[in-house]
Amino acid sequence: MSVNRDQRVDLEVVANLIPPQSRVLDVGSGDGSLLELLQDTKQVDGRGLELSQRGVNECVARGLSVIQGDADKDLEFYPDKGFDFVVLSQTLQATRNPKLVLDELLRIGNRAIVSFPNFGHWRVRLSLFIQGRMPVTKDLPYSWYDTPNIHFCTIRDFVNLCDELGATVEKATALDANGQKIGLSMPWWFWNFFGQQAVFLLKR
Amino acid sequence: MAVLRARKTNNEADQPSSPVLRFGSDKPLKLDAGTLLSPFQIAYQTYGTLNDARSNAILVCHALTGDQHVASTNPVTGKPGWWEVLIGPGKIIDTNRFFVICSNVIGGCLGSTGPASTNPATGKPYGLDLPIITIRDMVRAQQMLIDHFGIEKLFCVLGGSMGGMQVLEWASSYPERVFSALPIATGARHSSQNIAFHEVGRQAVMADPDWHGGKYFEHGKRPEKGLAVARMAAHITYLSEAALHRKFGRNLQDREALTFGFDADFQIESYLRHQGMTFVDRFDANSYLYMTRSMDYFDLAADHGGRLADAFAGTKTRFCLVSFTSDWLFPTEESRSIVHALNAAGASVSFVEIETDRGHDAFLLDEPELFAAINGFIGSAARARGLSL
Repeated sequence: MSVNRDQRVDLEVVANLIPPQSRVLDVGSGDGSLLELLQDTKQVDGRGLELSQRGVNECVARGLSVIQGDADKDLEFYPDKGFDFVVLSQTLQATRNPKLVLDELLRIGNRAIVSFPNFGHWRVRLSLFIQGRMPVTKDLPYSWYDTPNIHFCTIRDFVNLCDELGATVEKATALDANGQKIGLSMPWWFWNFFGQQAVFLLKR
Repeated sequence: MAVLRARKTNNEADQPSSPVLRFGSDKPLKLDAGTLLSPFQIAYQTYGTLNDARSNAILVCHALTGDQHVASTNPVTGKPGWWEVLIGPGKIIDTNRFFVICSNVIGGCLGSTGPASTNPATGKPYGLDLPIITIRDMVRAQQMLIDHFGIEKLFCVLGGSMGGMQVLEWASSYPERVFSALPIATGARHSSQNIAFHEVGRQAVMADPDWHGGKYFEHGKRPEKGLAVARMAAHITYLSEAALHRKFGRNLQDREALTFGFDADFQIESYLRHQGMTFVDRFDANSYLYMTRSMDYFDLAADHGGRLADAFAGTKTRFCLVSFTSDWLFPTEESRSIVHALNAAGASVSFVEIETDRGHDAFLLDEPELFAAINGFIGSAARARGLSL
């Protein structure tokens, strides 16, 4: 897991985007929380790909269909449009090649759902701007030298990447520090400043 | 004692102490070698009760030198069943819930037709007159056994090593009859190194003057020395260097100092000699040749135009693969390539690699993480199959 587990308010937002009985691939499935939530509430046909062997073994022991693998290397083995939804929650920033990974997600899934911590959040900016230090927050609890998160981006950066890859943003949600959704009517700059996490529904 | 047991093994070949299903000339077994085997028989064991819907059947496929006595006392050795740690009342594979079937493979020596069985054409043991048996032939025969029970779809097929190969073959050849598949410590093909080790074993058997070109029963002999050496070499491949060193190190056997001779000075030597000796008491040498050959010939991708994913195209079977970190006979990469093929086929697949220094044989041992994975997989498959808890 690359973010603090207790703070996974994005899971419910992700789950709400997925209709019942969908075929779902959860990339970076961690301890299987999302897959379990989706299986229990949406009766999805869910699969997971997780880097940590321990996480995988725990998932399988709980009856989830998960394999050990690396988002950077193993997505190529999945067929085109093999899933209704491919979810990458809180993992993009930990991949070696986020652009390639996102491209693969859009290939494998009819839709991709991506959630990530927003590095444009005001607390992050404040930490850098005032203290001149890399931010350590509740959401991003790691120090710079031991973080698995190697490719941070802001909401704006992500939107630009989607454009580059020819992906359409069908829905976007930003969550503030309390996990509350930020009003849809707000402009991008507002989201980019107050959104602590973002969840995007993409299609290509 | 050894002679007594040898005779017992020989008897088990034709008249096994377990149930046996005999197929007459109307139901021959089609062999990959291009011939028909007829008549032939399958010896098997069952545990638990088949439910009314016939939906709770689990087929266990045994490994190279295994047999049908998976969860009950072995009639030849008097030892507990080879997977009793896993299978039985109240165990991970609960025989109060599931109907467990395990059959001796074709080519084996404990009651299913094999080289030690009497050839009806000659009244003598088949020996090398038995056509070469493949993994697919074994599975074809098992399928006829499953038909006999009136089971349309097996709830689960599981097995390790050569048993895992059968599981893969089942899932590939009869996908509509396999609800879930659990191949453990196995591969979709035998590697060059694996074939090499098997060849060493076979040559050891054939180099024994008591082998007599495979007709040893007719000479009242058995190639025990050759078979023991084959087993000793193979046994090393089932363990890991770390486990061997942890268990034996360079410890001496019942002596204070080196003897400057070729006795079993080291514990490991004594251990291997014991493994070899006890093996010949319970196994037929020709059967060992046939079993190893069946594994060497196994190459599931080659059977499907060289693309493993095509072996599983459109499969609805739920898969769970398990490998062990210290298994150098079927390393994790072998399982991973099967996982990738299953992904490409869009199959439902779980894959667990278990950290252990116990090598290939870990699948037969009390490995809590293995049991947790099997338990989770079987449990969720049972829910999906609508089998009550």
